[in-house]
Amino acid sequence: MKSSWKTSLLVLPLTLIVTACGGTNEAGPSDSAATTEIRIDGSSTVAPLSAAAGELFRVDNPNVNVSVGTSGTGGGFEKFCAGETDISNASRQIKEEEAAICADAGIEYVEIAVANDALTVVVNKENTWATCLTVAELSKIWSPASEGSVTNWNQVRSSFPDVALDLYGAGTDSGTFDYFTKEINGEEGASRTDYNPTEDDNVTVQGVTGSKGGLGYFGFSYYEENMDVLNAVQIDGGAGCVAPSSESAQSGAYAPLSRPLFIYVSKTAAARSEVKAFIDFYVTNDDAITAKALFVPLSTEQKSAAAAAAATL
Amino acid sequence: MSDFSLTSSSPRNGEKIVKGVLFASAGFSVVITVGILWSLIAPAISFFSEVSIADFLTGTRWAPRFEPASFGVLPLIAGTAWTTFIALSVAVPVGLGVAIFLAEYASKKMRKIAKPVLELLAGIPTVVYGFFAIEIFTRVFLKEWMNLEIGAFSVLSAGVVMGIMIVPTIASLSEDALSSVPLALRQGSFALGANKMQTTLRVVMPAAISGIAAAVVLGISRAVGETMIVSLAAGNRPNISLNPLEGAQTMTGFIANAALGDSRVGSLEYNTLFAVGLILFIGTLIINFFSIRLVRKYRKAY
Repeated sequence: MKSSWKTSLLVLPLTLIVTACGGTNEAGPSDSAATTEIRIDGSSTVAPLSAAAGELFRVDNPNVNVSVGTSGTGGGFEKFCAGETDISNASRQIKEEEAAICADAGIEYVEIAVANDALTVVVNKENTWATCLTVAELSKIWSPASEGSVTNWNQVRSSFPDVALDLYGAGTDSGTFDYFTKEINGEEGASRTDYNPTEDDNVTVQGVTGSKGGLGYFGFSYYEENMDVLNAVQIDGGAGCVAPSSESAQSGAYAPLSRPLFIYVSKTAAARSEVKAFIDFYVTNDDAITAKALFVPLSTEQKSAAAAAAATL
Repeated sequence: MSDFSLTSSSPRNGEKIVKGVLFASAGFSVVITVGILWSLIAPAISFFSEVSIADFLTGTRWAPRFEPASFGVLPLIAGTAWTTFIALSVAVPVGLGVAIFLAEYASKKMRKIAKPVLELLAGIPTVVYGFFAIEIFTRVFLKEWMNLEIGAFSVLSAGVVMGIMIVPTIASLSEDALSSVPLALRQGSFALGANKMQTTLRVVMPAAISGIAAAVVLGISRAVGETMIVSLAAGNRPNISLNPLEGAQTMTGFIANAALGDSRVGSLEYNTLFAVGLILFIGTLIINFFSIRLVRKYRKAY
């Protein structure tokens, strides 16, 4: 034991030195001439889409690195308005106060819709009772007033069995959280807090698959990737039960939980040829990109609007 | 004394350099410690100018990132205490058992095999332990074999696996302590007619108690500070509950989670991280303080 401690004491600073050196080399000017980087951050929902766009783009542009972070829509805008990123993924439109910060920093941007999403409510495979939930029932599960009091499925609907509710959902930095709370609880950010909040949708997948009474929500693409281990709940927004799907999201029938997804492009960044090329690629190949990332493609009208927005860059 | 001068006749430049380097290293670690402490305290002070210390320490609702925000840190302290307690109830008996076996009962050959294996356990990265907790311990052991009604994240799973992680620490340090008890004590005990078990438990263990206590305290510190296992396996729902099958968030789990998201530097949310960090720091300091006193009180020098 003693000898292994000594070894680790010796190894640790060495590792630090090596990593530190690695860092400086990468940032060196000699490299930036060869490869360029497009920095994207923001919504974890939109991230798989922009990552897919990046991968497809790199087929013909191997010298461009596209890095996609998942700080959440709000977190992404903070970096975007600080000039740290070129493109910000967003699962909602930019808020006024965020736009004001961007304006103060002199960051001008263009908003482009890139796909549709259907916020999907998922339950455990063993959950045979909750096939369809009304918005009121979802609100009963998630409203701030339910904190600590609504803890069992039989409180949601009396015909439901006596199984403890185990809730997973988006973290507060996420656009998904803002959107879900607004549509379900009527006020952005209004949510009970005694659930597992996470920016990482995989944690929600893990939690709900591991718990019989589990319930969580995230973007449709994560559900499509995990269809074999999770069940999606149909949503009754007042006009009958509707399952989340590409068609119901595009047509808006999956109400109120379907929404468009956006990217925000900094005009300064778009002056760089690789960023401009990437955006043009993103907009013109929307069908291929959404198909690769398992998103709902834009409708024809949405596509022409996106092309028009990209043309202003 | 004055007849002899210990200073050399010729200047020893090499020695001066070595002295300087050693002084710099000592100074470096002090400066770093003070720097860490300061970087904890400064944001924590601005946190406590907005949130009262009483609310922070006695509140039972932890929701700093929600509207309306609430800053009762007790759920996090409860999470840390619970996981630490479970970890130690695994690690102390098992670790001590291993130590006694290795020090008193194992053959030389057995020791040669068992010790490296045990130290291998200490070399496993905690993220691997965390993954093991979710995928194997919870899913296979607790659910399929024990048939427990348990979610994906639980204090039990995180605590037990953390206990397994701490076993080598406690075992190795306790074994050192037991082995350093002089043979004469054992011989005396045998001579008085005690058997091996009596000798081990009533003579060797009490003689080694300061080392064993130090091992346990180091185990506690590791459990309190452990981050990866708890943030992976205990979930991230702040929770005060005595049910070990429920998930909970610990102080370290909160810091890891909140630091990943985006808190604007200087915002209340950001300062929250440091306030929790400070509590963690003070907690560990108190543990260390008492452990040093404990060790001094029971220390026997041979």
